Amino acid sequence: MPHILAEGLAIEFPLYHVGARSLKKRLLAKTPLRLRQDESNRVVVSALRDLSFGIGRGERVALVGHNGAGKTTLLRTLAGVYEPVAGRLEVQGSIGTLIDPAAGMDQDSTGRENIMLRALFRGLSDAEGQAMAEEVGRFSGLGEFLDVPVRTYSAGMQVRLSFAMATVMAPEVLLMDEWFLAGDAEFMARAQERLERLVSDADILVLATHNMEVVRDWCTRAIRLDAGRIVADGPVAAVLEEAAGG
Amino acid sequence: MLMRPTPQPAGPLYVCDAGHPRRLERALEDLATGFRRWRLAAALAGLDIRNRYRGSVLGPFWLSLSTAIMVVALGILYSALFKLPLADYLPFLAVSLIIWNLISQIVTDACTSLTSSEGIIRQLPLPYTVHALRCVFRNAVVAAHSLPLILLVFLACGHLPGPGAVLALPGLALMAVNAFAVALFLGMLCARFRDIAPIVGSVMQLAFFVSPVIWKPELLAEKQVWLPLNPFYTVMETVRGPLLDSGAPLLIWASAIGFTLLTCAAAFAFFVRFRGRIAFWV
Repeated sequence: MPHILAEGLAIEFPLYHVGARSLKKRLLAKTPLRLRQDESNRVVVSALRDLSFGIGRGERVALVGHNGAGKTTLLRTLAGVYEPVAGRLEVQGSIGTLIDPAAGMDQDSTGRENIMLRALFRGLSDAEGQAMAEEVGRFSGLGEFLDVPVRTYSAGMQVRLSFAMATVMAPEVLLMDEWFLAGDAEFMARAQERLERLVSDADILVLATHNMEVVRDWCTRAIRLDAGRIVADGPVAAVLEEAAGG
Repeated sequence: MLMRPTPQPAGPLYVCDAGHPRRLERALEDLATGFRRWRLAAALAGLDIRNRYRGSVLGPFWLSLSTAIMVVALGILYSALFKLPLADYLPFLAVSLIIWNLISQIVTDACTSLTSSEGIIRQLPLPYTVHALRCVFRNAVVAAHSLPLILLVFLACGHLPGPGAVLALPGLALMAVNAFAVALFLGMLCARFRDIAPIVGSVMQLAFFVSPVIWKPELLAEKQVWLPLNPFYTVMETVRGPLLDSGAPLLIWASAIGFTLLTCAAAFAFFVRFRGRIAFWV
């Protein structure tokens, strides 16, 4: 059964290319919040600190918080990009990520070549890749532009291609950042429908966003992060209200 | 229509426990899945080569052309300096230079095997083995554009190696194994310490002059006994020996295989220990 379980999860980014000495001076000037030196005298940023939570089947979780609170880092950790320096993480279920639209995209290749490349990134067979190209081509509505290098696409066309490629899957655990809210109006109407289906098909949704409307519409639970810690966790209404009140 | 790529009833389980890291197990898993997904690595390597020569008329054949020019020019110069007949010296120089260029390119390229894939590493959870394999495939394409020149030079100079020349193939395989280990090891080291890449560059330049690439090993006279200690020389000789003479001596093979095992062991140990840190380094 799909689930996510985190116990005392911590992520620290080492800052290797910053002189520890000059940094120390700067840190003394301002009060250090998340920058510190670890045992071996490296300067590290605590991106996530001691997170413990469990997400069960059917839950739609919104990650809210200010820029730099650790939302995207948490998504990437859940996806398996970053390994925690402390704590334990368990994710059961096939994972789908909508974190960075341009990830793994080759600007000099045509749209179709990029779709085949994405199929390889996902470990699909040739036949599955062909099917994916069909489907993505149809949904993105790029038509003849599918055989033109991505470099020449407008920003909107790039978003459409990325969106179509990213959403042509049905994962059990869907990790999503809020980039998908960009795009032209006509496409967004179709995108909305596709997303809703994707979200409702997934067993677990974890969504990082600033858009409270989306949170209210889609999510059943909210986790508020601040400076890498969980400061509130509970039903959407309660968490959002608390922020409004405080 | 939405596609379910791999219908699994329970779904894969991803566990990551800092208190109980299972490093060896995860490194082996990385290698196994990475090699299973060689098609991705090959596709990415193909794109690398294509993008490097985008819009150029000759494309990757520039590699062949520039190597050919260098071999002929240096061949004429050094056959005069060493007072050797050109038809004798040119096959030696062609094989040496082409193999040396390959080795030197692999080592230099290995330094950026992970940092150049930064965008992918920080966005998509992929086995790191894929990035090292990508580097190997990239250099295999380069090799495919320069190795055939050896045949041309041999035909032009009338130097025909015996059937023992097929022994060059195991030599090339040994180079591929080394390339993979070096791509993994230097890739990680250079991601963590950004000063390593320029150091490697200087070392390779020095190694070019101390290895018998343009000069023949015989010139060292009795000091030749030290040559098997040069890993660049022994690995190069496993390919060059079969092509020029009847094959490489057993001692050379033993040394080359020994050095290969050493690089593999170092790369593997480093990979097992620091695999989880790569995403933070690039």
